[in-house]
Amino acid sequence: MSITRAIRPMRRSRPAQGFLEKSLAGFTDALEQSLFAEEIARQAGLLQGLDPRVKLLGALALLIAVSFSRNLVVIVAIYLLTLPMAALSRVPLGFYFKRVWVFMPFFTGLIALPALLNIFTPGPALITLLDIAQPRIYLAITLPGVITAAFLLVRVGTSVSITVLLILTTRWTVLLRALRVLHMPQAFVLILGMTYRYIFVLLHTANDMFLARKSRLLGRVSSAEDRSWLTASMGVLLTKSYGLSEDVYLAMQSRGFRGEVLVLDTFAMTRRDWVWLFLFLAGAAMAIWLGRV
Amino acid sequence: MPIASNNGHVRETIFELENVEYMYGGKQRALKNINLRVEAGESIAILGANGSGKSTLLKLLDALYYPTRGTFRAFGEMITEESLADDSRAFAFRRRVGLVFQDPDVQLFSPTVWDEVVFAPLHLGLSRSEVIERAEWAMDMLNITHLRERAPYRLSGGEKKKVALASVLSFRPDVWLLDEPTASLDPRSTTRLLDFLDDLRREGKTIITATHDLEIVEQVSNRALVFCGDHEITMEGTPQQVLADEARLIECNLLQERRRGRVILPAGGAG
Repeated sequence: MSITRAIRPMRRSRPAQGFLEKSLAGFTDALEQSLFAEEIARQAGLLQGLDPRVKLLGALALLIAVSFSRNLVVIVAIYLLTLPMAALSRVPLGFYFKRVWVFMPFFTGLIALPALLNIFTPGPALITLLDIAQPRIYLAITLPGVITAAFLLVRVGTSVSITVLLILTTRWTVLLRALRVLHMPQAFVLILGMTYRYIFVLLHTANDMFLARKSRLLGRVSSAEDRSWLTASMGVLLTKSYGLSEDVYLAMQSRGFRGEVLVLDTFAMTRRDWVWLFLFLAGAAMAIWLGRV
Repeated sequence: MPIASNNGHVRETIFELENVEYMYGGKQRALKNINLRVEAGESIAILGANGSGKSTLLKLLDALYYPTRGTFRAFGEMITEESLADDSRAFAFRRRVGLVFQDPDVQLFSPTVWDEVVFAPLHLGLSRSEVIERAEWAMDMLNITHLRERAPYRLSGGEKKKVALASVLSFRPDVWLLDEPTASLDPRSTTRLLDFLDDLRREGKTIITATHDLEIVEQVSNRALVFCGDHEITMEGTPQQVLADEARLIECNLLQERRRGRVILPAGGAG
């Protein structure tokens, strides 16, 4: 038997990247991404240099403009404006683009799909999908349908992009502080803060559980077995996470935490911050005015 | 209540527990009939096997748990959930007592080491300049300044332990509660930690260490308490007295019988 023939069956039986590997890669990726986001937020850049309250209010104003604008070009223009801001804030454009536009269209597209059809959005047909005379069934993608779906996709994409840019250029703890300063309810800010911390605990616990299982596996297991294990381990993970989160809360309490999120940064508005706040608000107002038709 | 020590100095009573019991969820007993008085400047080792109640006692001394029965006084004041609901009393207590958890992953919850170290002084109401000064001092003391911008969960076990210590050192508590401080540390890190605890003792800090590592007992304490059996403290004395009673240590699952007289083996795990 030649070496090639001997190796071939082994290659064929080598397990493809399975559910476990994918899950592990997913957990690691999530941790890496959060770390990368924190690193970006700590770099010296255009948006990092602004007072977090200005960024928060600016983002809010732009989000309102995106929601109120009835002109696709205006919404696209707002999105395009975020690109130089991202570049000047040292956010890698590829990362910024992919973070929003790779998965978002699938989920939003699913919601937008029915809007394409004449059943939900009547109008001149662009593409006829089904045309049966008896019984009469007519299904087509209409021009108003395409415009409606495009509006939804671009609106969601631009809104998510603005939010992502805000998160990438602002440290999480500082963002929470800014939310408090702007009189967001304390309970809301507290839940956000806790969620952030417990996500790490959860990811680590889940990662350890998956690794522990992988270390005890020989060969491949079927998808059904994988799913069955996943179902069982979800309960265990929940219990473990609950116990850990209780301990984390005790550790916070032990060091003086009384339910109020505090950060060291003390905010002070500079002339530059006021200028940017004006630009954000004026830009948003102009976008609403231009996009009214 | 201040009391006179052996050398005639009046020492403050830090903690006073009388007939304390603690039950998890009102059902599962964790502490039974604990009577304990801790004076300022004392170094106490709490010994016990897995699940004996060591960690629970530390959490109770840090007013994270409250006795199900019995009384707990700290610095002369009765400590209850109601009394610590008052911010000023809670801050006064928390500023004086620091707990280093056994698992650093539990204790380190902030995005960066710097955020972690400033957390306590910031939340205990110190001024901005004091917070920065104390945090930088604590990081310098533990030689972790270079880790400042790192995420705690990406550090090695030894580094995490140092950050956990710095996160408590930064608010300079009078009382240190340490839960299994040498667990999962390599020998060099253990030596450094013990040196650090020595420095704290010389400064007159009160140190209470929960451990099953019998090798460190003499270095970290001048009084030892042993948890045994039904979550009770059944033995108390100087570290030498306690370590000399091997039969009792075996009974309390702190020594392995087959290796008696040769190697001291810890029972392992948390208490």
